[in-house]
Amino acid sequence: MAVVKLIGAWPSAYCYRVIWALKLKGIPYEYIEEDLSNKSHLLLQYNPIHKKVPVLLHDGKPICESTVILRYIDEIWPQNPLLPADPYERAVALFWIKFADDKVFLLSKLYQTDGEEQQAAVKEWLEMLEVMEEHALIGGKKFFGGDEINMVDMAFSFVAHWLGILEDVVGLEIFEPHKFPRVSSWIQNFKSIPIIKENLPDVDKMYAFSKHGREMMLASKSN
Amino acid sequence: MEDEVVLLDFWPSSFAMRVKIALGEKGIKYKCKQEDLFNKSPLLLEMNPIHKKIPVLIHNGKPISESLIILQYIDQVWNHKSPLLPSCPYQRSQALFWADYIDKKIYGIGRRVWMGKEDQEEAKEELMQCLKTLERELGDKLYFGGQNIGVVDVALVPFTTWFYSYETCGNFSIEAGCPKLVAWAKRCKENYRSVSEALPHPLQIYEYVMELKKRLGLV
Repeated sequence: MAVVKLIGAWPSAYCYRVIWALKLKGIPYEYIEEDLSNKSHLLLQYNPIHKKVPVLLHDGKPICESTVILRYIDEIWPQNPLLPADPYERAVALFWIKFADDKVFLLSKLYQTDGEEQQAAVKEWLEMLEVMEEHALIGGKKFFGGDEINMVDMAFSFVAHWLGILEDVVGLEIFEPHKFPRVSSWIQNFKSIPIIKENLPDVDKMYAFSKHGREMMLASKSN
Repeated sequence: MEDEVVLLDFWPSSFAMRVKIALGEKGIKYKCKQEDLFNKSPLLLEMNPIHKKIPVLIHNGKPISESLIILQYIDQVWNHKSPLLPSCPYQRSQALFWADYIDKKIYGIGRRVWMGKEDQEEAKEELMQCLKTLERELGDKLYFGGQNIGVVDVALVPFTTWFYSYETCGNFSIEAGCPKLVAWAKRCKENYRSVSEALPHPLQIYEYVMELKKRLGLV
């Protein structure tokens, strides 16, 4: 019987963070795929408050919310730490994780809207990328975590992989690498790490899934 | 070298009250600087350039923003007394989950209640649902932290000083729906000086809310 189980959904940016953390630390786990359009009894039992993925089960005890899960994993299995030990550095890392967490909704806002609403989403994306470029990535670091990735890199992963796919879905170029050289560099470095590269949703599958979601939304709007 | 601790504050802010409670619990001496949120100081803009919000804790010149992050920083640095987070990792994860829940829900929903626009009825229902959920989580415990207040208590109790404003603007009773939660808030204020000192009187908050509503053209 696996001691660690992860309930996840393949399109969810939040779930991969947990997968990366578990793999980085070398923790074996059982993965349970959840169909979010038909939520299982298991999910509703273990995350009755939010009814969302990811949910980590450790010896049958549930932990919900990806950042809470990552911090738990980091405490139980301290090898390859995901957060700085120094209190101030840690507070700075937590600040950027929260910043990123509060922006992930911009993914859906981009492909589930059109017209003015979508334009507003694009504006918010550019503002967020500016903050990353001008504030979060200063200091010439390879990763947010320094020489190695940490929880902050994982939190910003939605910019590294999901944004590009959604730009294709909506037919807009939001991220222009020459305008955001530090972010661009970070994306390349981040995606070249084997654990990250080998554990990302397939681009074509993600494109088709998001395109379908967008078409459904546009269709329901015109009805 | 003595620590220099400064708090950029705004007295009605529940988020700032959290920090004051934590500093009080740990017995930390600090300077409190009131901000005018309609005319933010250069210090605030320098210390929190991303969000330009309070509270900001400045410890020996270094700024920490986001109230829950500040609480954890305080707990880590001044770990000699009154621990805010449980020592057991699993219980710590549960405490962080509930603190995050409070952050996601109460302020935003509460705002929709006191603003009194078309979505007020919906907001009232959502607020009561959230408070009932929290009341269930409290259960028969004295505090969310168990025998003593912890991070969840500190995260939630400041909002209770806004209850009168929610109730009056929304014409409903929170105590009627959540008597145990209201009793818990009273217990926190009676047994913890750090709480009673950090929380302004509900009527002061209500006065502030009414002024704000006038300013926003809502009355």
